[in-house]
Amino acid sequence: MPAPPRLALLIKLTQVAKEYPKRGFALRDVSFNIAKGEMAFVTGHSGSGKSTTLRLAHMADRPTSGEVRVTGYSSATLSSREVWKVRRRVGMVFQDFRLLPGRSAVENVGFALEVTGVNRKEIGPRAQRLLSQVGLSTKAGALVNELSGGEQQRVAIARALVNDPFVLLADEPTGNLDERATRGIMELFVELNAKGMAVFMATHDLELVRRYPKARLLELDHGRLVYDSATA
Amino acid sequence: MYALREALAAFRRAPVLAGLSAAMVALALYIIGLFGLASYNLQLALSSMEERVEVVVYLRDDARQSEIDLAQTELAELPQVLGARYVSKREALDRARRDLPEFGELFGGAGVNPLPQSLELELQPAARNREMVEQVSAAAQAYPFVEDVEYGREWVDKLFTLRRIGAATTAALGGAFFAVAALIIGTALRIAVFARRDEIYIMRLVGARNGFIHRPFLIEGALAGLLGGIAAWILTYATYRAVYAYLFEVAWIPSAWVALGIAVGTLFGSVASSLAIRKHLGEV
Ligand SMILES: Nc1ncnc2c1ncn2[C@@H]1O[C@H](COP(=O)(O)OP(=O)(O)OP(=O)(O)O)[C@@H](O)[C@H]1O
Ligand SMILES: [Mg+2]
Repeated sequence: MPAPPRLALLIKLTQVAKEYPKRGFALRDVSFNIAKGEMAFVTGHSGSGKSTTLRLAHMADRPTSGEVRVTGYSSATLSSREVWKVRRRVGMVFQDFRLLPGRSAVENVGFALEVTGVNRKEIGPRAQRLLSQVGLSTKAGALVNELSGGEQQRVAIARALVNDPFVLLADEPTGNLDERATRGIMELFVELNAKGMAVFMATHDLELVRRYPKARLLELDHGRLVYDSATA
Repeated sequence: MYALREALAAFRRAPVLAGLSAAMVALALYIIGLFGLASYNLQLALSSMEERVEVVVYLRDDARQSEIDLAQTELAELPQVLGARYVSKREALDRARRDLPEFGELFGGAGVNPLPQSLELELQPAARNREMVEQVSAAAQAYPFVEDVEYGREWVDKLFTLRRIGAATTAALGGAFFAVAALIIGTALRIAVFARRDEIYIMRLVGARNGFIHRPFLIEGALAGLLGGIAAWILTYATYRAVYAYLFEVAWIPSAWVALGIAVGTLFGSVASSLAIRKHLGEV
């Protein structure tokens, strides 16, 4: 059994390097922590390693060297059979939403509830509640492919919340959205963060980041952590 | 039960794909079914030919009945021999008349009967080969009142060769058919898993346990194997009826083989599906 989670630090990277065969190093010697309840951005130009950082934090990938600890689980000891444990503490959303097409919003959220073992009778009401939490209660029955980008991202966020995670990872969540939808999604993140959930978001949109001066800011450049507002 | 519902839902959501993979499984098992039918009938044909391997001991006309009786008892007690039957001169003539009408005309009247009396030795199934036959033959030859011993040496040799060819062909063809069927079933189920890779990805993303992801595919594979096996059984039976009606007389395979085939299909389906899903579980 892995050590019990130390929840003060949700994510802890220690001298992490990630090398892709033939592509070289996507990350080099990266160390930082994300604490409980924090709101943090990671920025950097394209290819700087933002997505790689988030993938490591979701245990979708393992570091080549160094250690990634996520809610107490270590990349060094967690087997691939146990990755689901991390997934139940850490939610994730993407630029391209990754919803199941041909199913409604409530079915997409319900699917996540069902496969994580939620009692069948509770699935419907809980999916509805999650959708209203993200401001989408009126569109619950709509097929996701017929929703706007902003609405689809809300469904994805509702799905990421099924396990009531400690932290929400977001990889360019507003990358496909217009200004108005971006604002809506960011408001939702701030709201969730105010309720105690940490949010760790990758974006290359510096203007957006500037609107949240109190948030933590990390900057990557060619796989190196070149700025961390917590230590600057 | 979630896993069963999800497996059935897969059929409902993508009926064409599910139907296609079930059809592939059915066809693969049909090939096996035809092979089973053919090899079973080949085996039957060979063993009915083997039953005709016997040793005939011709006795001199002056042999005494008590000597014959003793020889009959002793030969019947040989380990290679199943039974010994005495055929009198009279019976031999009746048989010849029945089997060969010309013979009847030739020896129509009473008078001389040129046919010898004999002992017909039926052999144990395991003794129907050249070596054993020769041993029995030698034992019979030892009696002074034995005229001649006949056992169709060429026939025994040919049968032996035929049986070896049969066994080799069955093994080679069987192996090839099984490999083809395994590949087809494996591919069909990999396609079924591949078609649901998005769902698998989402399950992994939101933290479904591996077993939970696994189970519907296991059931889906078993179901495909079971339904495919039943369909293959029906197809094979239809083929058997058609061959029986229009070509030649064949025997239907024993029901134990059918049951075994369907069970193996079901098992193989779930194993193949499980292997296919395992590949997906390894990543992300
Ligand atoms: N699966 C992979 N296989 C090989 N190389 C990869 C893989 N994922 C990322 N890389 C490489 O690692 C480097 C960092 O990629 P990453 O996706 O983390 O950058 P990013 O900061 O998210 O960029 P963007 O802003 O374009 O999304 C890039 O050079 C990329 O080509
Ligand atoms: Mg990226």
